[in-house]
Amino acid sequence: MTGTAPAPGRDVEPGTKRGGVNLPPWAEKAFIPVFFVALILLPFAMDSGGALLGDLTLALAYVVMALGLNIIVGFAGLLDLGYVAFFAIGAYTMGWLGSSFFSSVNNEEGIHIGVQGAAANLPGIHMNFLLVLVFAVVFTTIAGMVIGLPTLRLRGDYIAIVTLAFGEIIGRLAVNLDQVQFSELPLIGGPLGNFFGEEQVITAGRQGITPVDKIAFPGMDPFTSLELRPWFWTALGLVAVVLFVNFRLRDSRLGRAWIALREDEVAAVSMGVPAVKTKLLAYGTGAAFGGMSGAYLGSFLNTVNADQFQFYFSILVLGMVILGGLGSIWGVVVGAIALSFINNWLIPDVLNTLPADVGLDFDMTQISFGIYGFLLVIMMILRPQGLIPERRREAEMTHADEHADESVFVARA
Amino acid sequence: MEAASVPATRPAAPGQAARDFVSKYGLVIVLLILPVWFGIKDLTGDEGDLSRLGNNLIDGLSNGSIWALVAIGYTLVYGIVELINFAHGEVFMIGSFVAAGLFGTIGLTLDTGAGLLVIGLLICLPLCMLASGMLNTMIERVAYRPLRSAPKLAPLITAVGFSFILQNVGLLWLGGSQEGIPDLIDSQNELLVIGGVEIENGDVLAICVTIPLLIAMTLFIGRSRLGKAMRATAQDPEAARLMGINVDTTISLTFLIGGMLAGAAGLIYALYQTTIWYFQGFTAGLIAFTAAVMGGIGNIRGAVLGGLIIGFIQQISDNRIGSEWTPAIVFMYLILIMTFKPSGLLGEETREAG
Repeated sequence: MTGTAPAPGRDVEPGTKRGGVNLPPWAEKAFIPVFFVALILLPFAMDSGGALLGDLTLALAYVVMALGLNIIVGFAGLLDLGYVAFFAIGAYTMGWLGSSFFSSVNNEEGIHIGVQGAAANLPGIHMNFLLVLVFAVVFTTIAGMVIGLPTLRLRGDYIAIVTLAFGEIIGRLAVNLDQVQFSELPLIGGPLGNFFGEEQVITAGRQGITPVDKIAFPGMDPFTSLELRPWFWTALGLVAVVLFVNFRLRDSRLGRAWIALREDEVAAVSMGVPAVKTKLLAYGTGAAFGGMSGAYLGSFLNTVNADQFQFYFSILVLGMVILGGLGSIWGVVVGAIALSFINNWLIPDVLNTLPADVGLDFDMTQISFGIYGFLLVIMMILRPQGLIPERRREAEMTHADEHADESVFVARA
Repeated sequence: MEAASVPATRPAAPGQAARDFVSKYGLVIVLLILPVWFGIKDLTGDEGDLSRLGNNLIDGLSNGSIWALVAIGYTLVYGIVELINFAHGEVFMIGSFVAAGLFGTIGLTLDTGAGLLVIGLLICLPLCMLASGMLNTMIERVAYRPLRSAPKLAPLITAVGFSFILQNVGLLWLGGSQEGIPDLIDSQNELLVIGGVEIENGDVLAICVTIPLLIAMTLFIGRSRLGKAMRATAQDPEAARLMGINVDTTISLTFLIGGMLAGAAGLIYALYQTTIWYFQGFTAGLIAFTAAVMGGIGNIRGAVLGGLIIGFIQQISDNRIGSEWTPAIVFMYLILIMTFKPSGLLGEETREAG
């Protein structure tokens, strides 16, 4: 089903499935191993505890997250403005199952599953990272489907609002549940209070759950914050898994169903695409990647803090997807790395004093989200298809005027 | 699809009656839960009467009139270009900021006499409205018009982008914390007490500004030529264009009116709350959008009704559950409405919601 590449500027022929960069299919396949070997060797070229390696690691974690959002927004065309919810759920899974936060559990002796080293003697629940990852994926997939359910009947911007509301509710819960004890919950409060301890609150709010267990693979020592190379390789491993799943899904029956729904829901449904199942799978898969990245970031950043889970973050990730190109896997990778570096290095380290240098009284970091907002506007007006567009999207976004009579291309379809 | 081709005599599917009931009255019942619950609690509790609920209602109505003004902006814009103007909450915020700036410029202070104060506010109000209205029109020109033929995702994303830009403008303007402004109208002052229900200066101001504006706007849209053009464009832009209506101008005008109402709401908010900050627009925008959807998007009367109801719910939640939970409760309502009755209280099924 590789199809032939249509000449640039021409309409996409029906039956052309492969998107991605404008390379022949074999080039994409040959490119990947070379690229990954280079990346695996990359940390040896830099300081093992340095800021650059830290930024790179963070960028890879964002790539995972952006690829997850790309499935929801890029493939299935469901604009999700509450993606931060999945980051939050993944991170809290890590915080709850891999820290001393639940200190009274099991008579203050803690529960330990597959952990070695210092964590094995601490109170609280401590599970191996791989196990936490599984839990995070399960929880976020369920959350994704729950969030998806009310949007099934809706279209377009209504979906955006509902997902935004969900994201905000999760953010609010993260902030406010530090005042609520498990034992106070209605119905299930009694047993939960017995299990977690009478005084145990649900989240740590703005204080944050900290410290969080470092990642430790079975039979290996836990990572440390001084030696960032294992962190980098783990993130790279996650990216590899997510990229593989993304490519396989895009070219699968499910991926084609997503794109069909995105292009024209009525037509897709009448051709037999099951809308409910397809949409829920998009939410579930996208959410699972967000959860994986969230659990990883919870451990890497060593805190699970309610301030991390605000609306801004959803827009940051959306910005990565838009910058790279909606639906384009390589584009999203590039967009995520670029925006992550703009966010974590360019604005705070390089440009931060620029306004002060020209005599203005503010720091660049204060207006970082204004900059992303500007970026979104500029991208949408000047290059809506993104830096590395997906072919189908490019046709849709740039040749809209030529097809003004075709309902797919018109805003008021 | 299937249902459309089946004759009406077909026996109703099991559970159809229940479904009809939910879609007809479900929203009303959900909306009544909070007031009725707390009303019963008041009656059976220490207080023994409904005066606290009455106070919630009055405060809620004056708060709600602010949300109503903002919600009309959403509804008008949605009615005509089918776009959620995400930046609308920020337009409202800028309205508040302009108002705060104008109070200083004109020289309104706590010592200003009542007569001068009224004149001063009557000067500030149109200026605020104009500033917000122009801003909204400018946003439409820059961020939405170039994308009118693009897929729907595109203008929505620029709207979010503009919302962030304006938030940062507010952040640079007055800093990142809540900024107090002089309580010019002494908004907490009890003007009169009826049966234990206190009516304060702020409530009177909110009602006195909102009602004339609503009447003026309804008359404008219902009676004037331009209003007729707006309604025609909302119904069918292509046909309106063929009838000689300048669609671009009409859309600009819609954004201008929506922005002006948001500016007025911003001024009332500044006087009523006496604190403003750059983030107020985000929450206000979502609350007002909830109001617009609750009333039935595209329906102006619905937006006003939704605004008042949301104001009441918000006040009950602030007063009795805790203001830190209010956004979560409002969003819960938003999701419930979207899920079970996306057409709202007074609206009709739209393409989006249907």
